[in-house]
Amino acid sequence: MKVAYWPGCVSRGFTPELHGSMAKVAPLLDIELVELDRACCTGAGVIAEHNQELADTLNARTFALAQQVEGAAMMMNICSTCQGAQSECQERLDANTEYRNHVNTTLAGEGLSYEKGLTNKNFLWLLVEEIGLESLSARVKRPLTNLRVGPFYGCYIVRPRNRLGIDAEHPRDHYLDQVIEALGGTVIEYAGMRKCCGFPIITMNKEASLKQAGRHLGDAADAEADCLVTPCPLCHLNLDLQQPLAEKVVGRELDMPVLHLPQLVGLALGLDPKELGLGRHVVRPTSVIDWSTSVVGAAA
Amino acid sequence: MAEVHDRPPEQFTLRLRRYDPESGEAPYWDEHTIQLEPHRSVLEAILQAKDRFDGSIGVRCSCRQAICGSCGIRVNGEPALACHTHLDAAKSGAKDGVIEIEPMGNMPVLKDLIVDMDAVHWKKIRRVTPWLLAKQPVPEREYLVSKDSMVDVTQSMACIQCGACVSDCLAMEVDPGFIGPAALAKSYRFVGDPRDDQQFERLNDLAQDPQGIFDCTHCFKCVEACPKDVNPMGQIMRLRRIATGDHHIVDQNNGERHEAAVTGLVRNYGLLHEAELIPRSYGGNSWFAKFTPAAGKELLASFPVIIKGLLRGKVNPKIAVFGHKIPSSDLKSVQAIFDKIESRPERYELNLYITGEDEAPAPAAEPIAAGVTYESGGQDAPPTSPEGSVNQ
Repeated sequence: MKVAYWPGCVSRGFTPELHGSMAKVAPLLDIELVELDRACCTGAGVIAEHNQELADTLNARTFALAQQVEGAAMMMNICSTCQGAQSECQERLDANTEYRNHVNTTLAGEGLSYEKGLTNKNFLWLLVEEIGLESLSARVKRPLTNLRVGPFYGCYIVRPRNRLGIDAEHPRDHYLDQVIEALGGTVIEYAGMRKCCGFPIITMNKEASLKQAGRHLGDAADAEADCLVTPCPLCHLNLDLQQPLAEKVVGRELDMPVLHLPQLVGLALGLDPKELGLGRHVVRPTSVIDWSTSVVGAAA
Repeated sequence: MAEVHDRPPEQFTLRLRRYDPESGEAPYWDEHTIQLEPHRSVLEAILQAKDRFDGSIGVRCSCRQAICGSCGIRVNGEPALACHTHLDAAKSGAKDGVIEIEPMGNMPVLKDLIVDMDAVHWKKIRRVTPWLLAKQPVPEREYLVSKDSMVDVTQSMACIQCGACVSDCLAMEVDPGFIGPAALAKSYRFVGDPRDDQQFERLNDLAQDPQGIFDCTHCFKCVEACPKDVNPMGQIMRLRRIATGDHHIVDQNNGERHEAAVTGLVRNYGLLHEAELIPRSYGGNSWFAKFTPAAGKELLASFPVIIKGLLRGKVNPKIAVFGHKIPSSDLKSVQAIFDKIESRPERYELNLYITGEDEAPAPAAEPIAAGVTYESGGQDAPPTSPEGSVNQ
């Protein structure tokens, strides 16, 4: 399946292991990634906060570029925040023809135009809805047996439900659980799994921000998770990069590895932990790597 | 609908969280099975349990038609009005078929399902001066206000003060002093009202407060919780937009600087230059920000994290210093979009709450579809259309 691929900024900046692991995993799932390297940042909600029309136009430009990728079945992203920010802009653009025409007038100088109805799916949604859980299971080479994984969804990919197309038929707010199970792992439920990581206020109220991250990590530790998995690189920054500081704020040792979704999928599909960039995390995913190498050893 | 209402009564089991702080006992769960038609409300089920099995169940309610806002509770962990939640829907959302009913969160429990709204919700509402501070002189007869500007504040006026958004606010969960979604939405009702005389003062107050508009984590919980589509988070974003965009309020919480940093970095690079985000959020939107005392202090505090990131290869030193960019021809196009839109005399805002999904072409007199409000900090709409202004 060919997709117009939007990696986002952070996956190529401060969490390069996310973009890297996606590139490794894609061929194993028969996904052909055509990178939208001309597109700009979604604004992560902040540009929309500054000027709604500006955010809508910048994202319409990205959508228009995606629609130019020949043979692409849809657009795919690997960042929950991008998904949320893009869905918000797309909701307005798709709802109102006059507004869309107006935005397209700005894009016309570049010869671009956004046509209503782009399908834009996060890798998580694509895994479940396009590849399918059964097909995913069939590709597993190293089942996540005995690995206790806490899903961390991030806000932008679960709320608001209507905008994100979450309903009984598409329980997208449960897909991480389903993927963990399809890969053979055990889902660990904990209080913070659909709460905010705190990243958006890290520069405005650092203590509250880190308290959020620290509490969720602590809840997962109390539920005896071996690691967390998230589809959001911004959540990853607060949960992994900032974890040593979060430990100080909540006054407890956390030591909770946090994996990007393609990393978890890659491990189960038999990829080497190192080539998935697992050595690049601030909190070493020792429990995960020990588990994966020992299983490989047993299989050999 | 008739078909639904014809369904015979069924049995529903409720699991109620019971707690009486005065008793000195710990909270506990209580189960009751009631019999009602599936389209009836969770409130009716609670009242039947109270009537038939245990008169001591504490629940607050009044109108029973989703207008008074008295019966806010949590159903299966999610905020809801008890009178506005059908039993069949509640059952289908229950994990084990038993409808779980709890009091709202973020507020102390007075008894069972009744929380202390005075201690939290109403206190925060009073915090934002929830009344009109009229422009002087007050006209002898009435104020003349454009229809658009009043339609603009109707969304925040739809609030029924049920507290569902307060109950679920994730910022308030870690920072109870946060003014919160309901009060800030109420605040927009006056900030957006052209008759109000204190727009700057209100916004300056809310921006400078460490627990004001910049303490919202943008988690969408309140958007999802609200039974009246008030979109409190959206109102908070509008408060921020008017505070920074129209009044250029530079707050002590880095709110304005953070917004300027993200917007400015995307304009300069096309992508977010993460390493610049922290220094610019603390020290201002310039490469030299890192040498300001505020940014220096923050960078020093983050030093162990930065070093660890670099050592692990998480952060590429080249990207950390120089950032990453999109190709220069594309960057020019992106910058042209910035220039064109930011030079408009008025900002556009399409509010789907007002327009809905209207695909009908707008009348010829209005180049931009109906429902695009002229957002200039609550001022009246300009006589000429924004499209016309842009084309000048």
